[in-house]
Amino acid sequence: MQLRNVLELLSCELITGEEHLDRRFEHAFGSDLMSDVLAYVESDALLLTGLTNHQVIRTAEMLDLKAIVFIRGKRPNEEVIELARDHGLALLSTKHTMYTASGILYANGLEGIPV
Amino acid sequence: MQESMKYDYQIPTMDLTVAGEASSHIKKILRQIGIDAGIIRRVAIATYEAEINIAIHSLGGSLTLMISTDWVKIIAEDIGPGIENIELAMQKGYSTATSEIRELGFGAGMGLPNMQKCADDFQISSELGKFTRVEMTMML
Repeated sequence: MQLRNVLELLSCELITGEEHLDRRFEHAFGSDLMSDVLAYVESDALLLTGLTNHQVIRTAEMLDLKAIVFIRGKRPNEEVIELARDHGLALLSTKHTMYTASGILYANGLEGIPV
Repeated sequence: MQESMKYDYQIPTMDLTVAGEASSHIKKILRQIGIDAGIIRRVAIATYEAEINIAIHSLGGSLTLMISTDWVKIIAEDIGPGIENIELAMQKGYSTATSEIRELGFGAGMGLPNMQKCADDFQISSELGKFTRVEMTMML
């Protein structure tokens, strides 16, 4: 699934990273626990999270993730957005909850990460 | 074999806005010298877990990166409470983190097992009330 499909399906606001809209994602992972993201995500996955601090960006950086969708209308502060820009990450924000956002993406063919 | 490069980083305690900067720098160095991307990823994850551990559990510490032609080594050392039962701490899901730390997205008890998973060789030592030291080696 292309990031632009994610943007449309979840009616997202694109915070930064327009250059990534054509990028394809085979898998997604949803968690507010960065510990679990670091332990389980091995593929180039799309990350859905309700956490908006620096460590979300750092976690994505370490795992070479390219895009993050913030759920429940959450939006990181400018400092965090700037850190994401420095690392060429795309940030999206949707009003949907984790459950609904995941369900919509899954129903449209975006699978979870293999475990 | 003697190491050809060595870098040291001081890690402050409880400053989660800067935690990750050392790991970020280490990742950049490894990329610049052309280390395999899969190995960089393992080093980055393990280093970052170690850096977060120092920040959330200790009174402060250091990360050391050493690179030879055969391996990359990360040494994480801190001054702090130490680990009472290392065997227990190595179990997935075991954590002594406070709810405040969990709210920041950590403290799920996955850090140490994840570091061990990422490293080819993993050594941990600790003295209660004094220090914790983790040494991780990834073969090139």
